[in-house]
Amino acid sequence: MNIIENVSRRGFLRGVVASGVFVLSARFVPEPLWAAEGEAAAAGIEPSLWMSIAADGTVTIVAHRSEMGCGSRTALPLVVADELDADWPKVKIDQAIGDPKYGDQDTDGSHSVRSFFDEMRYVGAAGRAMLISAAAAQWNVSPKDCITEPHFVVHKASGRKLGYGELAAAAAKLPVPKKEDLQLKSKSQWRYIGKESNVLFDLRDMVTGKAIFGMDAAMPGMVYASIEHPPVLGQKIKSYDDKAALKVPGVQKTLTIETVKPPHLFKPLGGVAVIGDNTWATFKGRKALKIEWDNNSPHSSYNSDAFRKTLEATSRQPGKVVRNVGDVDAAFAKGGKIIEAEYYTPHLAHASMEPPVAVAEYRDGKVLAWAPTQNPQAVQETIAGVLGIKKEDVTCHVTLLGGAFGRKSMPDHVAEAAVLSKQLRKPVKVVWTREDDIHFDYFHSVAAMYMKAAVGADGKPTAWLQRTVYPPIGSTFDAAAKYADDEMGLGWNNLPFDIPNHRAENGPADYHVRIGWFRSVANVYHAFAIHSFADELAHAANKDSVQYLLELIGPARIVPLEYKEDEADEKQRYPLDTARLRRVVEIVAEKSNWGKRPMGRGRGMGIAAHRSFLTYVATVVEVEVDNRGQVHIPNAWTALDAGTVVSPDNIRNQFEGAAVFGTSLALFGEITATNGVINQSNFNNYQLTRINRAPRHVDVQIVESDAPPAGVGEPGVPPFAPALCNAVFAATGKRVRELPMSKTKLV
Amino acid sequence: MIRFKVNGKEKTFDGDPDMPLLWYLRDVAGLMGTKFGCGISLCGACTVHQNGQAIRSCTTAMKEVGGTEITTIEGIAPLHPVQKAWMEIKVPQCGYCQTGQIMQAIALLKENKNPNDSDIDTAMAGNLCRCGTYQRIRAAIHQAAKELA
Repeated sequence: MNIIENVSRRGFLRGVVASGVFVLSARFVPEPLWAAEGEAAAAGIEPSLWMSIAADGTVTIVAHRSEMGCGSRTALPLVVADELDADWPKVKIDQAIGDPKYGDQDTDGSHSVRSFFDEMRYVGAAGRAMLISAAAAQWNVSPKDCITEPHFVVHKASGRKLGYGELAAAAAKLPVPKKEDLQLKSKSQWRYIGKESNVLFDLRDMVTGKAIFGMDAAMPGMVYASIEHPPVLGQKIKSYDDKAALKVPGVQKTLTIETVKPPHLFKPLGGVAVIGDNTWATFKGRKALKIEWDNNSPHSSYNSDAFRKTLEATSRQPGKVVRNVGDVDAAFAKGGKIIEAEYYTPHLAHASMEPPVAVAEYRDGKVLAWAPTQNPQAVQETIAGVLGIKKEDVTCHVTLLGGAFGRKSMPDHVAEAAVLSKQLRKPVKVVWTREDDIHFDYFHSVAAMYMKAAVGADGKPTAWLQRTVYPPIGSTFDAAAKYADDEMGLGWNNLPFDIPNHRAENGPADYHVRIGWFRSVANVYHAFAIHSFADELAHAANKDSVQYLLELIGPARIVPLEYKEDEADEKQRYPLDTARLRRVVEIVAEKSNWGKRPMGRGRGMGIAAHRSFLTYVATVVEVEVDNRGQVHIPNAWTALDAGTVVSPDNIRNQFEGAAVFGTSLALFGEITATNGVINQSNFNNYQLTRINRAPRHVDVQIVESDAPPAGVGEPGVPPFAPALCNAVFAATGKRVRELPMSKTKLV
Repeated sequence: MIRFKVNGKEKTFDGDPDMPLLWYLRDVAGLMGTKFGCGISLCGACTVHQNGQAIRSCTTAMKEVGGTEITTIEGIAPLHPVQKAWMEIKVPQCGYCQTGQIMQAIALLKENKNPNDSDIDTAMAGNLCRCGTYQRIRAAIHQAAKELA
């Protein structure tokens, strides 16, 4: 409903083509939005970028962030509607195209609400002030004597009312108030922000099959394409035979795409594309292709077992220091009890339920694309770069995303559609199979961590050294990159523990597959190593894990950290506050009845607490390990402090889901390569958690807070795997130092 | 010529008899509510009903569809108690797998009016949700069962 209506509102083609497929096709010219429809708009004012009010009272709010299941598309418009004092059922959402005028549109890093909460409040408040001024002028009273109730301005003394629709045209002609003159609502006046009643804007469409994902986008006259990519990154086509493929009913032709050269960026991988009348014909045609690939790729010797040994060897050598407190070497030299441990985690694939897919049309030097993308501006830049056109000449519409988890911030699949369309001079829909998705992902990095601590007589560490090694995401953008960069801030250079001597290091590694952002990114392996090691130290000290964790965190304080220039907001508004971390630990311990639940044979509980994306999270997992060594999770509890929240029930859903996502990567998740070829292909050999293996009950506690909003999409994942592995240790005495857990014999 | 019904309407098909029903529904009939997830019956995103039974349309060839009645999510109208429960419990995150989940749940409740947790897990284990909404799916099925009783 949403996109079709948006399309219609702009006078786009609507309806059904001969085949019966909904059409989402048009060239979009941005129009000023703050105006009654059909009237000349009072352009040039900031609210016009974000909303409009029609004469019938319909408020249209622009969602410039993508909806991949985290709720951003609903949350930010709710914030505008709250300050505008709009009646939510009269609000429509217009999904923005990619355009720098909206600011950052890369829906990643759990920062949609964090980065745009204040701006959206001011947009709504400006609109409300203008509506009040318009009403006051009409009544010839002071704006100060007017208030609003949903969708109406009310004159307090007389009780006279005017609807927002009636006032829209007059309000649009008024000057936009200055930010400093705007009165934002107080928290107690909020109607939507923080309320349990909020629901996803697209909820009804999602349960009736009307929601439009990338897989559902279509353009008139389009053809379908399925691409046989080089099995090894960088392999080129030596020869190919498409005779059998062309005999498949519905196959029209085949085309080649040049093999990508590093840096890989978001460029098409290359390969042979089968073009056909429908998706099935192209899939079937691909199976009939005979392709011979060259053997010259530098990545054709990539073998996961050997690579692991290289990473581990590097992790035992000194690396680049990324944080230093005191002097760990001097503390280790003093002797005493030294504890060392090594941890390993494999590559992972995102495996969103909707595989990569996109529709694009190249015409007259311009490209129009519809895609499930987290970053429509990256679509513009990528296609512009690949086709040698201006990015302003690439229009990218954003559909709903059938899951993304970071994969769809990397739009290689959209670029493929554009490249093929340029060759075919027709709109092209590129559909990846599940096998394509798993073979050719931008993988979560494989990682090795080395940990070393010296502990005093009280069992507390006097020194803590941590070293992490993995091919960095930077290698996707600079083939020579061997050290991590932004990943260090993801749970490595900000250990919140009260330890006098601490050093964090990062060692170099080469890439052999494309590395990308995956939900929670480096926090996943960093938290696994840190919080497993913390639990190892607790047991070595013969102390209760929760008590020991609180001792490690230490007294309430702001942890002194070094911030980069672009992290000023973090430094000022989001200091690392151990009081907030302690609090979530205490809450989760209480809710889980830590230490008081009867634990029979094969049962145990574990804890981990990790701050990521500026949100403080503590998770307790309860496990039951049966006599075959199979792990069951009857309960998990999470407490989180994400500051100010918009939709609490959606946040609970995010954290319930994070427990399932965490279960997948802890129990099953593993991508490996043999001679550069990925061994996994579909859900039979890359398993995801099913309902019968998921945590049976997940309890989520949200700490009431007035702090600025922080992330909610990702922070639930990192503490889950270590809490689970710590529970397994409590249940079995077996320490899990590598994921997935199936590698460790539990009975 | 293959003759069958989709959502109560007579249909014919004379294309590739090996074409899976999924791609007929999506690319030929324009019914986009049925989703592609894996292509080999491992995820359940493509679940529809054939003569009232839940099937995976991605591995059901058109030649197996002749003479049968297919129901897709678009044919579930007006709003089914399962869909209402899905909305009340606020199950979806991204929403992509949910139409398949709902079709599977409707078929379950037709056969078992009052499923317990274990019945639900058995019936729903073929439907993956990468967002991880399983706890809510279970709650929604219990709620729908109550409303249907």
